[in-house]
Amino acid sequence: MTEQTASKKEEEVLAELDSFAELPDAPPKRKFRLSWLGWLSVGIVVFWLLICLIGPSIAPFHEMDMEGDDSFLDAYSGEYGTFYLGTDYLGRDTLSRILFGARNTIGISLAATLLAYLMGITLGILAAVKGGWIDMGISRVNDAILALPTIMLGLIVIAALGSSIPILIGTAAVIYATSVFRIARALGQDIMVQDFVEAAHVRGEGIWWIIKSEVLPNAAMPLATDFGLRLVFVVLFISSLSFLGLGVQPPASDWGSMVRENLQGLTYGSYAAIWPALAIASFTIAVNLIVDDVSAKSGGSLAKKMV
Amino acid sequence: MMMRMVWQRVGIGLATLWVVSVIVFIATSILPGDVAQIVLGQSATPETLAALRAELGLDQPGYIRYFSWLGNMMTGDLGISKAGGATISSLIGGRLGNTLMMAGWVSVISIPISIALGLWAAMHPGTWLDRIVTFGTLSLISVPEFFIATVAVLVLAVELHWLPSTAYMTGEESFWQLMKALAMPLITLVIVVSAQMIRMTRAGILNVMSSPYIEMAILKGVPRGRIIMRHAFYNAIGPIVNVIALNLAYLVSGVVIVETIFAYPGLAKLMIDGVQTRDLPLVQACAMIFCGTYVVLILLADIGSILSNPRLRNPK
Repeated sequence: MTEQTASKKEEEVLAELDSFAELPDAPPKRKFRLSWLGWLSVGIVVFWLLICLIGPSIAPFHEMDMEGDDSFLDAYSGEYGTFYLGTDYLGRDTLSRILFGARNTIGISLAATLLAYLMGITLGILAAVKGGWIDMGISRVNDAILALPTIMLGLIVIAALGSSIPILIGTAAVIYATSVFRIARALGQDIMVQDFVEAAHVRGEGIWWIIKSEVLPNAAMPLATDFGLRLVFVVLFISSLSFLGLGVQPPASDWGSMVRENLQGLTYGSYAAIWPALAIASFTIAVNLIVDDVSAKSGGSLAKKMV
Repeated sequence: MMMRMVWQRVGIGLATLWVVSVIVFIATSILPGDVAQIVLGQSATPETLAALRAELGLDQPGYIRYFSWLGNMMTGDLGISKAGGATISSLIGGRLGNTLMMAGWVSVISIPISIALGLWAAMHPGTWLDRIVTFGTLSLISVPEFFIATVAVLVLAVELHWLPSTAYMTGEESFWQLMKALAMPLITLVIVVSAQMIRMTRAGILNVMSSPYIEMAILKGVPRGRIIMRHAFYNAIGPIVNVIALNLAYLVSGVVIVETIFAYPGLAKLMIDGVQTRDLPLVQACAMIFCGTYVVLILLADIGSILSNPRLRNPK
C-alpha cells in the first residue's frame, strides 16, 4: 500500500542517474581504474580498518585511563606520557580513545551492514524468484518500514528496549535491510527474465542451481558497490544515535559519543570534540568517494542512491 | 485520469499513516517491561501493580488498547506524560511551534540557494567550479549532521565570537535577538538540506539536457544559459519540486540532531528527552507527529510530480 510513495522516488532517481551517466561529458568507461582521489580514499579506508584490528594495541593509553593532568588540555607531554591530541572532558587521552573507538564505530556498523545484506539479499532474491504472495507479503512490510524516517525508527526501538550493542546492530540491520531488499529484489527480477535463466530452466536446472550460478554472480557487482553506500548510512545512523546518548554507552569509546561528551569543551577552545568528528567524516567521505569513482568509471549504474 | 491518480495517492498516504500508527504502537507497547512496573519500580507489590495496570488500562488486550489509543490521538487527547504527569498536549504545544518555525526558515533560505547553485553547476558541467560544487556537496552529505554543527560552533561561536553556541530562548526576545539565537541551528540545517537539493537539482537539469529537443537547441546555436533557463528548467520543475519535498522530509531527521546540539526547545528535543527517560506515551505522540509529517510531505511530492507532468494533466 505504500509501495509507490517510497519506491517511486527511488526508481525515478535511479532512472535519472542512469541517463546522467550517458551524458557526453561523463567519464569514459573503464574497469577498476581509480583516480588519485580514489586511491587516496582506499588508503584512508584501509587505514581505519587496520586501526580497528590493531588500534587498542598501538594506543598510548587505555581508553578509560584518566591520566591527563586536567580535562580539555591541548596536546602536551606530561609525567605519564605524551597526549598527542590532548585530553577529553575526564582527562583521558583523546588519541587513544579514537583508536579504541574505531572498533566500536566501524565494527558495529560493519556488523550491522553485513547482517542487513544477509537479510536483504536472502529475502530479496526469495521474493524475486518465488513471486506471488511471498513477494507481496514481504514487499508490503518492507515498504511500510521504508516509509518512515530511519532515526525515528531507531528512537522508537531504543525507547522501548533500551540501548545495547546487540540492539543497535539488530535495529540498524533491520532498518537498512529494507533498502537492500528493494535492490536485491529488483536485480533478481531483472535477471530472472533473461534468456540465459530461461535456458537454464529449459535445461532442467533446479531453482537453487539457478540462484547460485546465474542470479547471484550477476547481482554481485551492483550489490558490492551499494554495500559501500549502505555502510556510510549505517555509520551515520549509529554515530547519530551515539551522539544523542542513545547508542554506545559510556565508558566505552565511540566516535559519535565522543563528540557529544566533549561538546562543552568547544567553548574553552578544546578540539576534543572535533577529532572524533573528523575521524567519522574521513571514513564516510572516503567510502563515498570510492563508490563514486568506481561507478563513474564502470558505467555509472551504481552510485545512484546517494545522489 | 489525473484526479484519480491523485486520490489514489491520498489513499495510499492514509494507509501508510495507519501502518505507521500500528508500528509505533506495537514497537512501544508489546515490548517487554510494562509501564506500571517502570512507574512503581522498587516499591511494586502485586496489588499496587494490578491496581495501576487497571488504572492505565494495561489489563486490557492489546487491540483494545490500540484502538482506544488511536481514538484518543485522533481527538487530540495525546495522553499523560509518565514523567511529571503533565498532559502531553501541553508539553508539545509550544515545542511544535518552535520546530515548525525553524523548519519554515530553513525552507525559505535553502530552497532558493539550492536551486540557484544547482542550476549554476548544471550550466557549467565539468568545469572546476562544477567540480567544487559536486565534491563539496558529496562531502557534506557524507558527514553526520553533528559534524557540520560542531564545526559551525567552532568557527562562528568560538573563534569568531559572532554567534552564541546555544539556541536558548526565553520567549521575550526582540526579532533580532531571536534571529541571533536561531542562527546557528539554521545555518547547520540549511547546509545539510541544501547539499542534497543542489546535487539533485543539478542531476535533474543534466538529465533533461540529454533529451533530443535540447540537442536540437544546441545544434541551432542557442547559448547554453538560455537553453537551461528557457528549455530545460521548465521540464525539470517536476523533479525539482519532488526533490524539495523529499528534502524537507529529510529535515525531520536533521532537526533531531540539531535541536539536541544547540539545546533548542523544539519537539525533537522533547522526544529525545522522552526516549532517555523512557516516557513511552510522549515518545509515541512525538513519533506520530514526525512520521505523519514525513508521510504527508512524501505524499505532496508524489502529487506534485503528477500535477507537473503534462501527459497526466492533459489525458488523450
